[in-house]
Formats: sequence, C-alpha cells, structure tokens
Amino acid sequence: MISYPFDYVRPESVEEALEHLGGDTKILAGGHSLLPTLKLRLSAPDKLVDIARIASLKKIKKDGDEIVIGGAVTHREIMDSEIIQKHLPVLSEGAAVIGDPMIRYKGTMGGSLAHADPSADWSAMVLAAGGEIVIQSKKGKRTVPATEFFTGFYSTALKDGDILIEIRFPVPEEGTKMTYQKFTQPASRFALVGCAAARLPDGSARVAFTGVADAPFRDKGVEEAVGDWSEATLEAAAQKAAEGQNINADHYASEEYRLHLAKVYCKRALLQLVN
Amino acid sequence: MSFCVYTFNPAAMLTENAPILPKTERSFDTKSITLTVNGKPRELNVMPWVSLLDALREYIGLTGTKKGCDHGQCGACTVLCDGKRILSCLTLATMKEGAEITTIEGIAPSDTDLHPLQKAFIENDAFQCGYCTPGQICSAIGMLQEGKAHSREEVKELMSGNLCRCGANVYIIDAIMEGIK
Ligand SMILES: Cc1cc2nc3c(=O)[nH]c(=O)nc-3n(C[C@H](O)[C@H](O)[C@H](O)COP(=O)(O)OP(=O)(O)OC[C@H]3O[C@@H](n4cnc5c(N)ncnc54)[C@H](O)[C@@H]3O)c2cc1C
Ligand code: FES
Ligand code: FES
Repeated sequence: MISYPFDYVRPESVEEALEHLGGDTKILAGGHSLLPTLKLRLSAPDKLVDIARIASLKKIKKDGDEIVIGGAVTHREIMDSEIIQKHLPVLSEGAAVIGDPMIRYKGTMGGSLAHADPSADWSAMVLAAGGEIVIQSKKGKRTVPATEFFTGFYSTALKDGDILIEIRFPVPEEGTKMTYQKFTQPASRFALVGCAAARLPDGSARVAFTGVADAPFRDKGVEEAVGDWSEATLEAAAQKAAEGQNINADHYASEEYRLHLAKVYCKRALLQLVN
Repeated sequence: MSFCVYTFNPAAMLTENAPILPKTERSFDTKSITLTVNGKPRELNVMPWVSLLDALREYIGLTGTKKGCDHGQCGACTVLCDGKRILSCLTLATMKEGAEITTIEGIAPSDTDLHPLQKAFIENDAFQCGYCTPGQICSAIGMLQEGKAHSREEVKELMSGNLCRCGANVYIIDAIMEGIK
C-alpha cells in the first residue's frame, strides 16, 4: 500500500516528459526502486512521470563506434539484446545476475543508475566499460562520464528537471575483455561487493567496485598495479583494492569483511581476464 | 544521510528520518483504465497509487493473486502481463493500461479441468499452506515460455524470485520439472 497520494502521467515523448518535471515530481521507470521507497514513506512526490513506454528511450543501437542503451531499457532487454551480446557481453551476463527474473523484466539500467543504490550492479559495469551518461533537461543535453556521475550515497549528477536519456559505451577494441564478479547478498541479491574489470589490448585495466563505499568508484590503485598481468602482479594489485576508500559497514558485513571481499573479488575478476 | 531500501536496515532508517506528513490540501483524480484480465476486458476507475495487485484483488475481486511482502521480495503476487511474469505489487494499475493480464484464475483450460502445472503441483505435494502457490505457478508458466530452463539447477535459479516460507521448494521444483517434460 502506498500511503501518500500522487498524480500520474504517461507522456509519449521526452519533450512532453520534460514539461511535467519540476516541483515535487519524480520520474517513474520500472518502479522497482521507487515504489518500495514510496511504500516505506521515504519519499512523497506529488506526481509521477512514467517514462517506461517512451519509444525513443527503449532502443539499443550501435551508433558509429558507440553502443547506445536508451534510458528506459530494461535489464531483461539488455540480457537478450544481440547487439549487447556481440559487443558488450559483460552487460548481458551482468544483467542476468540482477535480482530475479521478475525484477529484470521491469527494472531499467537508467533507473538503477539514477537511483544510485550503493550496492547496485550496473554502476560497476558501466564504470568499467567506460560508459557515459547522456542527460536531457529543458536547457539541452549534456554528457557526463560515469566517473563523474556518481557523487555519493544515493546521489548523482542528475538534477531536478533532468532525464537520463542514454548510456553510451565505446565499442570495445578487438581483444578487450571484461568481467563482472559479485558476492551476492543472498536475500536481496544486490552486490554485497561487486567488481567489474576490463583488460584493454594495450595491457591497461579499468577496475570498478560497487557495494564497497557510499558510491561506486573506479580504482586507480588497482588499475596502475596490474603490470604484466602475471599472477603474482595481479595478486599484489588485488591487495590494493579499495585503498583510501571510506568502506561501508552495516548489519550484513563489517568494514573489515567488505574490504576482504573487495580484494577477493578483485582478484577473481582480474584472473578472469587472463588468457 | 539519505536512506537505503534494501541494503541497509529500513526500520532503523525510518526512525532516524522524521516521517513525511500527508498532504491534505490537494485533490487527486481517478484514472479510467482498461485491462484485459484473463481474457475479459475490465474498465476500472482507480486512484494513481493503486497497485496492480490491489486492483486485481480489491477492485476486480480476483483474490487468487496473493500479497506476501508488497515490496517485490517474495513473488507471491506474480502475474503474467502480456505473457511475461511480473510482480503486481510493484506495478501501478495505471502503468498497465491496455495490457493483458493473466492470473492464477485464468490459466486452467476450462472450469472442470486444471492447467498441467496445477495438476503437477497437486501430484507432487508442492505446497503446504498454498500462499505462495499462485505466484509460483504463474512464474513457472512465464519461465517455461522463456524457454531457458532445462536442468533442475536452471529451474532453481530462474524460480529464485518466488519464495516458499513453508519450505515446499524441493517439491515445487519436482512439479515444475514434470511440467518441462
Ligand atoms: C526484490 C528486488 C531485488 C533487487 N535486486 C537487485 C540486484 O540484485 N541488483 C541491482 O542492481 N538492483 C536490484 N534491484 C533494483 C532494481 O534493479 C531496480 O529496478 C533498479 O535499481 C531501478 O530501476 P527502475 O527502472 O525500477 O527505476 P525506478 O524505481 O522507476 O526509479 C528509481 C529512481 O530513479 C529515477 N529515475 C528512473 N529513471 C530515470 C531516468 N531515466 N532519468 C532520471 N531519473 C530516473 C526515479 O525517479 C527514481 O528516483 C532489486 C529490486 C528489487 C525490488
Ligand atoms: S507481494 Fe509482490 S513480491 Fe511479495
Ligand atoms: S506453501 Fe506455504 S509459502 Fe509456499
């Protein structure tokens, strides 16, 4: 049951949706984070703007040397997309470990990034895949690299009146490898700790964590330590996981345990990328 | 500090955050929507905040679909929407304007016969209290249509959104494995 009343609109286009935003309005995509929040009385917007059926936000396409995922594309659509399976298989494999099948039919990548739960799965994968977030407001469009998008606990670069319309990824160069490894919180299936990693053909790495700190982050310390990708170097690199981060503690995992998991899952991810 | 719905402790967060007071000044309009439920068009006048689950149970009187947690965590409210399994508790009825919904009441071929999965659930003792059963069966129908579950392990994983508090899971998987054959 939702205790507070609100209006509901379902615009047909992004332009129309923008007209509805402002004041105490919230965007509704899959509703699988927002509706529980309303039920828990943690938020009481006046109006929900349902973007889940806006056709322009539902597309997955290859645009030159970029892969573009629309702001209202669901986890399931990413899992099943041939374009994603071909160019960014890590995302289709990653989608398959989010929640359960019912969650994946409704939840969206855009909604997950906008909600910025510190344990969400997409955040780490989008960071490691070098993603950029395209945001539209009445003033125009802007593109924010994923590295600047997450600003803190449930906080992002999105402002009132903004719609996340696309997530763009560079088509990985031939020979790039990516993986996502997570320790699943057994009840919710969120990432207690998740590590996404990419190995580029020039030998460099992109390594990102979710579940560890208030916000997901790229881990420069690990990235710089992968060296020749020998097992010994990778072991040393994984020991640097989350160095300098303010590590979360809650009733699921202490700070010490989370840090331990970060190292273990970092090593697993890096080893996946060898050979 | 903000709040976190699943990863931290919501109860603790609620006491830390002052409750938001209801807004009394405004009036809100009902929405007229049409849903096709078990093949029958249904015109409903619902407030925007009525969930699909409440619309089915309280407005249409189809109480087969159950409310376990109302927060997306248990799967008791699973129905088929345009053939796909979804959680009706985390769906507003208005969001599904024009959709075809199938509930447990709509899966049997006739009034005197049962769906093969219903039969398999009975034959395999796949319930105790039965509260999770409508969601389990709707979810299993959705899963079989997806065509990805072949082994017992795959079925377990792909039915992971449906919890059984009585612990009939082993027999539930048996029944579904029979359905796959
Ligand atoms: C039982 C359960 C288990 C789950 N397990 C996992 C899990 O294992 N891993 C995981 O990562 N997630 C998990 N989730 C969360 C799920 O993936 C959510 O669906 C997702 O985080 C939010 O997407 P949504 O489309 O449902 O967004 P909504 O709930 O509709 O919106 C969430 C927030 O984002 C805003 N928003 C949505 N879209 C946009 C947009 N395009 N532009 C700007 N703002 C926008 C909304 O206003 C709202 O504040 C789980 C959820 C449930 C209920
Ligand atoms: S009642 Fe919908 S998932 Fe529990
Ligand atoms: S039979 Fe009782 S909850 Fe499943």
